[in-house]
Amino acid sequence: MAGSLGQRVRRLTGTSAAGWSAARGEPAPSGPEPGASPLLDVCDLRVRFRSRGAVVNAVQGISLTVEPGQTLAIIGESGSGKTVSAYAVMGLLPPSAQVSGSIRFKGVQLVGRSEKELQEHRGRNAAMVFQNPERSLNPTMRIGTQITEAIRRHLPLDRHQAHERAVELLRMVRIPAPERRFYEYPHQLSGGMRQRVVIAIALACQPALLIADEATTALDVTTQAQIMDLLLDLQHELGTALVMISHDLALAASYAEEVIVMYAGRVVERAAAGDLFGSVRMPYTRALLGAIPRADVEPHMLLPVIGGLPPDLSTIVPGCSFAPRCPDAQQDCRREMPPLEEHETGHWWACWHPCEGGQGGQKEAAP
Amino acid sequence: MTPVNEGDTAAVPGGEALLQVRRLVQEFVLRDYGGVKGGVLQAVSDVSFDLQAGETLGIVGETGSGKSTLARSVIQAPPPKQGAVIFEGKDLVGLSRRAMKPVRRDLQMVFQDPFTSLDPKWTVSRIIGEPLVAYALGSRAERRERVNSLLDLVGLDPASYGRKRPRELSGGQAQRVAIARALVLEPKLILCDEPVSSLDVLVQAQVLNLFEKLRSELGLSYLFIAHDLALVKQVSDRVAVMYLGKLCEIGPVREIYRQPLHPYTLALLNSIPDPSPRARKRDTGSVISGELPSPVDPPSGCRFRTRCPRAQERCAAEAPELRTLGSDKHLVACHFPLSDGSRTSADGAAELEVLGRLEPGGVP
Repeated sequence: MAGSLGQRVRRLTGTSAAGWSAARGEPAPSGPEPGASPLLDVCDLRVRFRSRGAVVNAVQGISLTVEPGQTLAIIGESGSGKTVSAYAVMGLLPPSAQVSGSIRFKGVQLVGRSEKELQEHRGRNAAMVFQNPERSLNPTMRIGTQITEAIRRHLPLDRHQAHERAVELLRMVRIPAPERRFYEYPHQLSGGMRQRVVIAIALACQPALLIADEATTALDVTTQAQIMDLLLDLQHELGTALVMISHDLALAASYAEEVIVMYAGRVVERAAAGDLFGSVRMPYTRALLGAIPRADVEPHMLLPVIGGLPPDLSTIVPGCSFAPRCPDAQQDCRREMPPLEEHETGHWWACWHPCEGGQGGQKEAAP
Repeated sequence: MTPVNEGDTAAVPGGEALLQVRRLVQEFVLRDYGGVKGGVLQAVSDVSFDLQAGETLGIVGETGSGKSTLARSVIQAPPPKQGAVIFEGKDLVGLSRRAMKPVRRDLQMVFQDPFTSLDPKWTVSRIIGEPLVAYALGSRAERRERVNSLLDLVGLDPASYGRKRPRELSGGQAQRVAIARALVLEPKLILCDEPVSSLDVLVQAQVLNLFEKLRSELGLSYLFIAHDLALVKQVSDRVAVMYLGKLCEIGPVREIYRQPLHPYTLALLNSIPDPSPRARKRDTGSVISGELPSPVDPPSGCRFRTRCPRAQERCAAEAPELRTLGSDKHLVACHFPLSDGSRTSADGAAELEVLGRLEPGGVP
């Protein structure tokens, strides 16, 4: 990510001109309302990058919706386009990125907006928490100053009010002794505490959408559970929609309501978390699930694995992008790309030869 | 620290162990500005365990629990401050560099990030062949043959990968090269420090299967360090749980997972996200809160007491010793273990839940 740390913090918090009181006064939607338009509506989003003469098709036509207050998980391997999609929603892509398709936030089109207009969007509408809290915080500034800087830049509060607000935010993310922590530097906090500070900054303007991009990947498993609990509690309190981006299927299954699986820039399966993990249809999702070491299997069991590497995104080959690695691939898989369709209520998949329901990830290879 | 009898350690009865670690202590003196002694970081405190030939011992714990320092102390990089590391009947602590060199042939290490442990300017063949050169083994042609056979063994085609450099490899391929380099001297024990943590889940599964294959084909022993308990179960025969430089619990993998005795082990087990829909994380809710205390000034008595829902006065006054509970191979260091070895872990889990959660920060 380019830009100074200060800019980055500002990006995190946005540049909304609206007052804090206005932000607070708005009723927070508590859950998906039937008939209401989705909070976020992404339609056929495509992102291309040019690098050294080659064109990298990082995102190849994804469509998704996020309802107010929903928890959505986007999972996939490195390079599957999940982070690029999130950056597109935040308006954080570099100018070199070619974006097409439509991203509507509360009905307002975001694609093609100027940087200044996008700054209005960031923070007020959507905020993002990144993987590495060390890189999101300025090491030379007290954490309190970093929060008040963000608050005072966007909200008409004086120093005293901003201080109070920052302490309140620190208390909200369950940092003990927030009055004292306010004056500490990032290096005096542990990784989990730093990520709490980043979450506090992200929530400073009460955004309707919070994107957590691998927010717990760098943390220990116990801290990860604490941060995920915090995010879900805050989401419940504030009515924020949460999009968690992760490579960890188990984490997504444990915390999200709905899961989107991405592979090579496309959505390959989408379902409610319970449905997806109960009845996997896409062989790729099955492979991902099967590869997770589990505490309930006997030691020294071999994990079912698939070979190969994700495809090169600079060349577009016909057919399903997973076909070269897919154990169930047949002739037609290599000829034509399967469309993402809703085959069962609430369960979408893009596969010509889906797995039978109920066998996902449960198969174990012989030792 | 209170004395422990030699027989009271985590030794497994029967046979001379390949590696015996006895009361190992590793400390680092912190220096403030101007070289003033600022404090002593107690990275590993009084850790003892045995590792049998052909066995895999998994070591789990949070960041800062001292598991990497423990592995480094075993290979004497740097040597521990106190204690003994007996490898094949020979104490490695205090050996000269010259005397250590033949031992290091049998003790190899695989690190977390393959790209920082491989020389970026060297070819894959040269990286894997270097230990042979260092020990002056074989002729040039023999070395080349050995390197190629190892590339084959770890699943890389020698013809196409031998000439590549680390930057041309993916993370999984680079880790395979690091494993081949560790294997080239035919070691008896490999210390793996989070060897798959930086890999994507599909690649991670491939590398884990490779470790399994090498173990069964070459009869290797592993000291396998990871923070992921589920992953450790996949590869280990026995598991040791570390917290703030101390061993909390050590025992056969099945027993530890079926019936954890230390509250910290249970907390770690409860923190594993479970992909199956029947166990949604939000319902279990018995995750420990709070943070790891500073290893410069660890809590008195039991080091876990500040975050432990079962902690009582005795825990602050007296450090618990490792003692057998349940089967004779299952040792736990806790005054108030979750069960006496006869109850089921479900009771323990329910109890921990009833005891409720601590506020972040825990008891000061």
